Amino acid sequence: MIAIDVAGLNVRFGAFRAITDLSLTIDYGEVHAIIGPNGAGKTTLLDVISGLTRPVSGRVTLDGARELTRLSDTAIARAGVRRKFQKPSVFMALSVGENLEIGGLGDASLIDETARLIGLADQLQRPAGTLSHGQKQWLEIGMVLAARPRVLMLDEPVAGLTDGETDLTAELIATLRGPDRAIVVVEHDMDFVERIADRVTVLHEGRTLFEGAMADARQDRQVIDVYLGR
Amino acid sequence: MTRLFAAVVAVLAAVAALIAVAPELLSPYLVNSAGQLAAFALLAVSLDLIWGYAGILSLGHGLYFAIGGYVVAMHLLKHGLAVTGRVPDFMQFMGWSEFPFYWAGFESFPYAAGLTVVLTLAMSGLFGFVSFRSRVGGVYFSIITQALVYVAMLLMFRNDTGFGGNNGMTGFSVIFGRDMADPFVSRMLAIGSIVILIAALLLCRRLVTSRVGRLVVACRDDEARLRSLGYGTLRLKLGIWCLSAVLAAVAGFLYVPQVGIINPRLLSPDVSLEIAVWVAIGGRGALSGAVIGAILVNGVKFWLSARAPELWPFILSGLVVLVVMAFPNGLLDLGRLRPRALKFLRPARGT
Ligand SMILES: Nc1ncnc2c1ncn2[C@@H]1O[C@H](COP(=O)(O)OP(=O)(O)OP(=O)(O)O)[C@@H](O)[C@H]1O
Ligand SMILES: [Mg+2]
Repeated sequence: MIAIDVAGLNVRFGAFRAITDLSLTIDYGEVHAIIGPNGAGKTTLLDVISGLTRPVSGRVTLDGARELTRLSDTAIARAGVRRKFQKPSVFMALSVGENLEIGGLGDASLIDETARLIGLADQLQRPAGTLSHGQKQWLEIGMVLAARPRVLMLDEPVAGLTDGETDLTAELIATLRGPDRAIVVVEHDMDFVERIADRVTVLHEGRTLFEGAMADARQDRQVIDVYLGR
Repeated sequence: MTRLFAAVVAVLAAVAALIAVAPELLSPYLVNSAGQLAAFALLAVSLDLIWGYAGILSLGHGLYFAIGGYVVAMHLLKHGLAVTGRVPDFMQFMGWSEFPFYWAGFESFPYAAGLTVVLTLAMSGLFGFVSFRSRVGGVYFSIITQALVYVAMLLMFRNDTGFGGNNGMTGFSVIFGRDMADPFVSRMLAIGSIVILIAALLLCRRLVTSRVGRLVVACRDDEARLRSLGYGTLRLKLGIWCLSAVLAAVAGFLYVPQVGIINPRLLSPDVSLEIAVWVAIGGRGALSGAVIGAILVNGVKFWLSARAPELWPFILSGLVVLVVMAFPNGLLDLGRLRPRALKFLRPARGT
């Protein structure tokens, strides 16, 4: 079943075309990776889905019914579409537990379970500003998870993490996968992508270059030329 | 910080108790000063709430302070007229025999008190809604608040607006039917101001340690993130902004009867700027810091005003520079950093 349907999307920043005629679907039950060189438009696509950037034209539909390009970022989040930002952003002045509480829209019952999931169960009192980089990334994932989103978008979840932390993140994503949840992952770490993704979309200069399995993407001439072969 | 907060509340309560129980130990000047300082401290707390916790710097809080001040002045003049028959100076000056229509009802204290809140909510609500709605923030917001207080000052300087013009309003003679020159009245005003300051401190403390308080801090640190987690930040910011404005108005309402005069100079931009200086010096983002900053700076100012008022601008600027250079969190840094800050004073070992 389709969770997010992006159709004929065009995004411009002034004269610059960040996304051109992009169409893709994100299904429930899958982990869908979006890859591509720097500036390909991956973050911009997530910005449009989450209501931070308005497209020039095109539609983004949730569950075949709700048109997201007209909703506010707050309303889209409330509809169950959540994201982790590329630049880690946790609330530094608050504790781990308070960050999770805010993420869960105040539902305290979910805090402990979420904290266990991201391996921070024994650090609830700790100020988020004192966490390591990897822990901050996880805490941010935890904040997004705490509200039990139906669509989960992760922008570069393993950037700057150690190999061990990357492995743990891959395991975490595997446990989050479920028939009622669609997961989008933007990442540059190809081995990580191959481990977690059911399907990849390769973007290049705002257009779709390839869509299919990661193993096939690795064989694709064009993908190798613009991205993997560099 | 909790201990410091408790200490500040305890000291305030002790001062109020002292004024109540043993007034003969304090000169009337000291009692009056304590009451005025309490009003300034409340004003500082109101700014700290919006600046320290919500990260929104108002450089025009004098506007809301003045709303409370003008409304209470109008009440005192009409009340005075009713009790003693004394016609306000500005009416004689303008040659008016009747009050403008909008002075109706001011002889009633509940009306004046209620109007202060309603008027402040209306002004701050409208301004906050328009600004936050169009995502005006940061320096732009601060500049607009400053422009607004300046416009209000120009308006109040006009003699034909019916608010006393550039001379303002003074000559308050009675309050609650009692002679304002009576030391008992002056003591009650001081005690009332301190009690209201304590109540406001407790209320604000409850707020900032609550879930809403954590959301306010989260909004300060990363508003986009908070919105992406499903929170409407407009309501949050508007709520704390209006609360801050009302506290500032209450402070003005308490201040003017004790200082005995209000004029448009209260709306001058540098008065509003100075409030931010008190908070910065005391330590923003901590309620006790705002109280300490306001009392310390104004205490020095009161003391100097009788001795060397011309020194004041230099001392104030010096304090600002000291805080900016050495104590970014204000005087509260003194407590936190003492061992390290003083390390350079100790002789180096092993050399
Ligand atoms: N707000 C903006 N204004 C102007 N240009 C923008 C804006 N946001 C993004 N861009 C441009 O759009 C292009 C796509 O940016 P985007 O952030 O989506 O790339 P990306 O695929 O996420 O790259 P990376 O892998 O480096 O994160 C870039 O050239 C970027 O400079
Ligand atoms: Mg990006």
